[in-house]
This record gives sequence, structure tokens and C-alpha cells, in this order.
Amino acid sequence: MAKPKVFSEFIVERDEEKCITCQVCCRMCANDVHIYDSETDKVNSDSTKCVGCHFCETVCPTQAIVIRRNLSEPKINAHWTQRVVTEITKQAETGGVLLTGMGCDKPYLSYFDHIVLNASQVTNPSIDPLREPMELRTFLGRKPDRLQITNYKLQITDAKLQTEIAPQLKLETPILFSAMSYGSISLNACMSLARAAREAGTFYNTGEGGLHKNLYDYGKNTIVQVASGRFGVHKEYLEAGAAIEIKIGQGAKPGIGGHLPGEKVTEEISSTRMIPVGTDALSPAPHHDIYSIEDLKQLIFALKEATRYKKPVGVKIAAVHNVAPIASGIVRAGADFVALDGVRGGTGAAPTVIRDNVGIPIELAVAVVDQRLREEGIRNQASIIAGGGIRNSADVVKAIALGADAVYIGTAALVALGCHVCQKCYTGKCNWGIATQDPYLTKRLNPEIGARRLVNLLRGWSMEIKEMLGGMGINAIESLRGNREQLRGVGLSDTDLKLLGIKPAGEAW
Amino acid sequence: MEKKLIPDKDFRISSSCGLAGIMSEEGKNFSGEAIIKSIATMHERSNGLGGGFAGYGIYPQFKDLWCFHLLYDNEEAKHITEEYLNLYYEIEDDEAIPTRKVANVQPRHILWRYFLKPRIVRMKSTDCAEETEEDFVVKTVMYINKQIDGAFVISSGKNMGIFKGVGYPEDIGKFYRLEEYGGYIWTAHGRFPTNTVGWWGGTHPFGILDWSVVHNGEISSYGINRRYLLNFGYDCTLYTDTEVMAYLFDLLHRKHNLDFEIVAKILSAPFWDEIERMPEKKKEFYLSLRMIYGSALVNGPFAVIVANSTSLVGLNDRIKLRPLVAARKNNFLYLASEESAIREICPSPDKIWAPKAGEPVIGSLKYKITTNDISD
Repeated sequence: MAKPKVFSEFIVERDEEKCITCQVCCRMCANDVHIYDSETDKVNSDSTKCVGCHFCETVCPTQAIVIRRNLSEPKINAHWTQRVVTEITKQAETGGVLLTGMGCDKPYLSYFDHIVLNASQVTNPSIDPLREPMELRTFLGRKPDRLQITNYKLQITDAKLQTEIAPQLKLETPILFSAMSYGSISLNACMSLARAAREAGTFYNTGEGGLHKNLYDYGKNTIVQVASGRFGVHKEYLEAGAAIEIKIGQGAKPGIGGHLPGEKVTEEISSTRMIPVGTDALSPAPHHDIYSIEDLKQLIFALKEATRYKKPVGVKIAAVHNVAPIASGIVRAGADFVALDGVRGGTGAAPTVIRDNVGIPIELAVAVVDQRLREEGIRNQASIIAGGGIRNSADVVKAIALGADAVYIGTAALVALGCHVCQKCYTGKCNWGIATQDPYLTKRLNPEIGARRLVNLLRGWSMEIKEMLGGMGINAIESLRGNREQLRGVGLSDTDLKLLGIKPAGEAW
Repeated sequence: MEKKLIPDKDFRISSSCGLAGIMSEEGKNFSGEAIIKSIATMHERSNGLGGGFAGYGIYPQFKDLWCFHLLYDNEEAKHITEEYLNLYYEIEDDEAIPTRKVANVQPRHILWRYFLKPRIVRMKSTDCAEETEEDFVVKTVMYINKQIDGAFVISSGKNMGIFKGVGYPEDIGKFYRLEEYGGYIWTAHGRFPTNTVGWWGGTHPFGILDWSVVHNGEISSYGINRRYLLNFGYDCTLYTDTEVMAYLFDLLHRKHNLDFEIVAKILSAPFWDEIERMPEKKKEFYLSLRMIYGSALVNGPFAVIVANSTSLVGLNDRIKLRPLVAARKNNFLYLASEESAIREICPSPDKIWAPKAGEPVIGSLKYKITTNDISD
């Protein structure tokens, strides 16, 4: 029979007049799109293999290549889209689960894009961050309800603190790099994140990949993750980080575990993860020692004991329907911070159907969790880190005003390193040297330059956040946190507004 | 029919203001005339849509009783409130708050005052058995203001009272015959709201227990300050910055037992770069303050004068975006938005200065007032 063919998503256009057949594209493309034909002295391109990462387009010295979307669609159909048809075709061919990378790309409503910010006019002066101090410093961790001091009648310098404050993470800007494991991304990418975190005064997260020996130096800016596979978790690992994060779930794949194919488990990854070379690294869907909230409490305290109560221990969960009570339980179980990962959260590999259909948007999750913790009077007991689809400084400001203490960025950080969000991370053929372990590809990512680009991104966003704060007449980030009066909804339903705890645009104070 | 929303009660309005405060740190009573004169100097800072005063030491004959100043829309509200008060308090005395006719003041409410003694047994029988008398009074005030339509408690302290309404402050002062009272602390407020305001309850000072707050500013951190207070059981009944400020003082000073100096460093926290330069011990202290009380940081322009029965405190926001001047002479502390308001009543003070951003000016009674002192 004539088997239906998967339409190629992209068309590689080559301007033959510009092409000097230098063959750099042939050498660079990990997907073997470009092949040099010595007989004709021409480079031919096989568009069906193109993933749309635009690497060849970037490196072509004569701008001879343009990658375009393939507009050859099946008959236009709002329901049976080309994507649906392609997916069915692929599965009919292979009988497998469709995989993908990065975060959900379906056009669900982006609440961030339906929220606008406030600024001062007349009755309240705006503040110019170029002339006045503007503070973004943030502390993550458990805070006591109140300060107990003795001698308070005397000078402040004589006042003695009776309240012991739990260990905190100090951030110079309320943005952290979210968990991306060594394995899902290259060591050079990890190194870029680690260096940038150190330089910018923030933190990166090891994910569940353990900590490569070359990264121990960056421990003070590292959050080490303990996930269901417990890969690379040992005493030195726990002690190396500034904080520990127990990963329960991930926004891209709530409810399921992880899978690093054996081909990616190189010598280095094997020793970091403490598994044999070439074996699949499977993280179970749940932690098999956590089947309920009290089990989580035991793990939290086991980790606190192991590190002598010197480090904050947090818990990361995917934002799901019941997120508010779950987060409340996590705080009561002793977590110092709760990381929420929304439906847009990225991944190195996940079943497409899970990534695109499970979980709730981070905006709603942050709003309901913050509100629930306040209603229960325990909001100060843990910090909230919001992640999953944070794209720019405005998203950061909105997430914080909704109630987050800080945000995690993953995809945005990778884009800063070159990623074009082609969603093929799971293939291990990332031409940008990010989501791959192939030494030929990873060397394309220079950690020094990578770190510089990440620091630039954080700097740019921080300056923008300061501008937005100044406009509101606020000069410290803590006055924005949970300050939903600064937000207004545009085109949202009454129920959405109620859940977000914000007023519609047009309504005054 | 949709309920008509009342400014200050159902939504926030911006306003600018003139403030004044006088305190005799020796606890010597003086008439309300001085404060009226002082605030009248700053006529231009208000627009006739709000004026008010707080006086301390004004009810020596009832100094141990809780004095509630009530504002009623109608007789029915008064009746319901009195029935409610009777449940938990013995009403030792009550009367209409004395007023006189003043051309520019149109009274819209029934103004009444009560001198109350809590019925301890009844109080203990409620679910607040563990609480102090003060907490119980706070609950009473919040209940009346929230649940009883048309009734509003303006002040609820001992030996103090708040007098306020819609008009220029000097007219409001005359209206309430303040020159007939003697007090050792007086504060005043003239308001320039951006909306028409008909309801007298929204004018300043705002009071709870013996706190009174006059405030000039617009708090940009209002959204989080209000939610922070909710954590501690303060259910803001109004939509005014002043209420938030009063509850923050009550929480931090009365409940968390923090000195005014420390409260000031929470509300107008020093900047991180200043904290970095402090000696180690002090640095740790300020770091803790900011970490624990970040949500109580009051951001945005403000000058505030807060009083309770033993203190008068003036404070600016952390970058001083609203005016505040202080002066001292002969154990008197003067605070005002403008120097002229002080010079008007104290032409040659010993010391007159503009307090720095976040630096509180604190006046406190030199000794505790006893009955003897008052009868002198």
C-alpha cells in the first residue's frame, strides 16, 4: 500500500547564487539535512529532516540559507489540523508514545497576557531607578511570624535577637535558573548556568542529574535536587548545595517520571548519576518512599538532618488542580520553599500528550497557593517560587505581584544560550550544544560566553523590573510581592479574576 | 438595586493632606485651640472635604472607661448598636457629642459617645476567652463597623477621642467645640481628597483602641500590607491607607511589643546598601527585620503622625516624599506638614528640624499620669 508520509515541517531554501559550497552547514547539522554532492559540486538539503533550529542559517557565511515553515498543508480544518494528522501518521508508523521537548505549545489562554500593571500619576510620585535606590534583593526560606527581642527599650544596637531565623537563600534579583539536569543538557550548559548564577547573585538547580565534579566550586549558588530516581544523591552532593529541592513533579509532565535513554549515559554522566554506562536512567513516577504527605515530611527532615539544618529544603510540584491544599500540606510538612511549575514548564523529554494536556497555568497556581497560605496564616513559613512559562520581566513582575517570592526560568535561559525552541531536546541532537551530550555539538557552547549571555539577560530583566517598580512608586520588591492591587485583568471572566484575586482593568482602588 | 459604593468604605481614594500634632511630654493639658490654629495655617493643603482631630487626656472623669465615639446614619443603627454594646459592656454614660452650628459644616450623622466597661464574664464566655481586653475591644469595633449598617466607631480608646467630619479642619474644630477640651496630645488633619466625599467616617484621624493616625500619602504597597494584616486577624473594614497604618502600629507595637524606633525601621526600612555598611550586630538585626517584616514595609509617599495615650510619633517614608517638620520647646513636641503651622503657635522653638526619611520623631510622656496629676 502507499503509506502516508509525514509532511516535513520546514522547507530549507538555499539561494544557489549566494551559496559558496563551503559546506559549513553540512558539517554543522546534527540532523544531516545538508549533504554535499561532489559530482555536481552542490549542497542538497533534505527538508524532511529539518527540525527548525536555525543553526545552519545562523552559521552560513553568505546568508544563503533560509528556513521557512512548510505551508503545504492538508485541507484547512480547524479540528483535524496538520499537527493532528502528522501525529496520527507517526503513531500509525511506529506504534509508540510521541515524545517532545520544551514546554506546552498549545494556545491555551496566557493569563500573563491578560494582566496589566499599574503606574503612578500625580497623587503618588513614580520613582526613577536611575536616580533613586531600587531594591530587588530577596530572601527565600522560612520566616518566623514575628521578631522576639530583649532590651528593646535600649538602643537598637543593644537589642538582642531571640528569634533564630531559619537558613535563607539570598538572591540579588528574584530570578533563579530552574532545574535542568546534566544529562538533559550538556555540561557546558550547566557550567554556563552555574557561572551566571554566581555572577548575578542567584541560584541554578542541578535537576535530577547529580552534580558533576567540575561544578562543586559553584555549590554556594547551587540548589541540589533530590528526585525520585535519587541519581547522584550522596552526602557530598547534599552538602555541596546552598539548598535542597525535593522534586515531586514537573510542569511539563505532572504525574510521570523521567527517562534518560542509555545512549546519552556517557562515562561522565554515568559517574555523576552513579549508574552504569549505557543504561537507561529511569526516574519513577512517584518517589517510592513518598506515598503520602507524612512520608514527604520524613524525607524533608531526613534531608535537614543530613545537612544539620543548615540549608533550606524545598519541594517542587507541578501545578495541578488541587495545588493549593497540596502546597499547604507541603508547608506544614516543613518545606522552606515550594516551587510551583505550571503547564508551560519545559522538559528535556516528555510524552507530547502529557506535556500538552496535564496541569494548570502557573498564574492561577501562584494566586491560589498564595491566597490559601495566607488564609491559613502560614504564608511566612515558606517561600513560593513560580516557574513554567516565564518569558520576560513583565511575567516576573506579574508572578510576584500575584504572590510568588521569586521565579524559576528554564526555557528563557536556554533561549539566551541559543535555543530556538525547536522542541527536539529528546533527540540529543541539539545543534546549539545545549540539549546534547555529543562532544562535537557541546563544544559549540562556550560556558564563558554562555554565562555572559545569561548574566546579560538577568541584568536586562532586573533593570526592567526596577523601571516597572519605580513606575508603581515602589522601591523594594517586597512591596510588590502579593500586592495584587497593582494588577488588573483585561478580558478575563469574573471567575478568573476571582481566582487571580485581581480587579478588572478600569476599576479604581 | 445595586448598592451605592461609599468612598473610603468600599473603595480607596487618593488624597493629599496637612498634618499637625502637639504633645506636652510632661502630660500638661492644654486646650484644643492651639491645634486648630496650627492646622488652620495650612488651609491650602486641604479642600474642605475632610478635617479631624484627636485629643488625649480629654475625659479625665472617665479615664478608666473605654470611650467610643460613634457615627450613625440613622436612629435604627444607633438602636442596634446600643443593643449590641449592652451585651458585652456596661454603658456607664452616654451622650450626644456636643457641637455647635458652623456655616461650612453640614452635619449628616448622629454623633454619640459612650463610656464603657466590659462585662468581663460575658466577654470570657465568648470564643475570645484567651484574649486581652484590648483584643476584645478591637473585635467589638470590627463587628460594629462591618456588620451594623449605618454605624461606625470613630474612636475606641480610654481618655481620648476623635472628632472629625467633612469640612475644613478649622471649621470642624469649631463645630466640635474643641476649645472646651483640655488634652496633653492633640493631632489634626486637613484633607484634599481626589473624590467627593460625603461620608464622615472616611475622614481622618483613624482610630482603634487609643491609637489615632493622621496620614498624608498614598501607599503603593497597600495591596500587600492589607493582605499581611489579614494574616494576623486584622480585617480592614475600610479602604483607606490610614486604617492599614493604624493596624500596622497596633500589630507591631502593641502585639509584637516592638519599640517605636523599631516599628519605624520596619515601616520605613533602611536600604540594603545602608544595612551593608552597619557593624555586624546591627546589620544582623536589620537584616532580620527586613526578612521577617518585608510585607509590613510601607512603600510610597507618606508622612504620618501616630499617637497613643503615652506617645506622639512622626514618621516619613523611606525616601521622604511627603513633608514633615518637627520642633521642640519646653517639653513640648510639635509636628506638622509645614514649618508655618508650628511657628504659628510656637514662634521661637528651641529646635526645629526636618526629620530625615525613615527617622522617627518620638515624643513620650516623661512620667506616667496619675489621678493626682490630672486634678492639679
